[in-house]
Amino acid sequence: MAVAWMKSKYLQLAWAMMKTGIIGYGGGPSVIPLIRYEAVTNYKWMEDEEFGEILALSNALPGPIATKIAAYLGYREKGMLGAVVSVLAHILPSGIAMILLLSFVQFLSGAAFIQGMIGAVIPVISVMLGMMAYEFGERAVKGLGIYAGIAFFALAFGLLQGIRLHPAIVILLFLGYGALHLRTVAALKRRKERKHRKRLQRANEKGGGITRGMD
Amino acid sequence: MAWIEWFNLIIGFFIANALGYGGGPASIPLMYREIVTNHGWTTPSEFSNILALGNALPGPIATKIAAFVGYDTGGWVGSVLALAATIVPSAAALILLLKVLQRHRQSSVVKGMTLLVQPVIAVMMLLLTWQMGESSIESIGIVQSLIIAAVAFWAMQIRKIHPAIVIVAAFAYGGLVIPHLNVM
Repeated sequence: MAVAWMKSKYLQLAWAMMKTGIIGYGGGPSVIPLIRYEAVTNYKWMEDEEFGEILALSNALPGPIATKIAAYLGYREKGMLGAVVSVLAHILPSGIAMILLLSFVQFLSGAAFIQGMIGAVIPVISVMLGMMAYEFGERAVKGLGIYAGIAFFALAFGLLQGIRLHPAIVILLFLGYGALHLRTVAALKRRKERKHRKRLQRANEKGGGITRGMD
Repeated sequence: MAWIEWFNLIIGFFIANALGYGGGPASIPLMYREIVTNHGWTTPSEFSNILALGNALPGPIATKIAAFVGYDTGGWVGSVLALAATIVPSAAALILLLKVLQRHRQSSVVKGMTLLVQPVIAVMMLLLTWQMGESSIESIGIVQSLIIAAVAFWAMQIRKIHPAIVIVAAFAYGGLVIPHLNVM
């Protein structure tokens, strides 16, 4: 798709958002993997971490997800005008089709081929979501270490699926702890080092390594 | 009188979306309350028609409903106002919030937040995958679902084919082949 005139950021934004608006069936969450593909893989506007952050915050805020993300991506690349271009490209084709086609409503939603199209696309979306889940999980383990990664993974699962806490609350809880996380890790490390040093010192005072196994 | 209706459109769609957590589909009941119960812009059966068409067309659901109800109630101006009330408040909030984050990108607070939010997103995506899988099995059966999923995985992960092409292929298969298979 790298035609010369596609170099313009506005055109990139409009084209990416129009594509995701047209092929994204089922509304909201099902379009997220498509937008991520355009923003991270295709146009490389940002890294996956940043996209995850945007996704988390837009999940924590009310209102439609896809338009929030479209607006932010546009704003990040090209300011206010970029945001307007992205959102319009994302919603206009389907919005206009909706107004023009309303008289065909019964025919369209009942037709076997439409049912078949929706049916066949769901497994594809599932695979995309699953791939995304795997990649975010992988990054969590890489950043937090294997044990802490799995522990936080289990905790998030328990809160979301076990006690069915609202996703927005879970995100806010994790963000809240995340603000303190690196400091906590640093403090733990310092304490460990201090202990270690003290033990070495004590061992030196007693004049040998015989204290091993006594404490 | 048009002025009052336009004003009502802004208030109605703002409330429905400001209270709707979890994206478009989650705010449908709230939109119903504003559109049908509070303002009587459509009858209940009209609303279900709109919803049916909205689901048959691609693109975000909340903006399709806003575009149509706004147009039906207040013409093109109504449509634009309903859309703006749906999109602008939450989009502006996200932009502001992320701008603050960007400014403090190097701080350990923001780095920790970015790190800790990854497992939550992973779990949410996993749960969404599971729900989608279930609804797929319900609508086209387990054999079809698994075959399509396997082909899609092979195409996107191993052959690195653009997802849009995979989706269009799935549409074609679903529109042309599945209705003749008697699986639904």
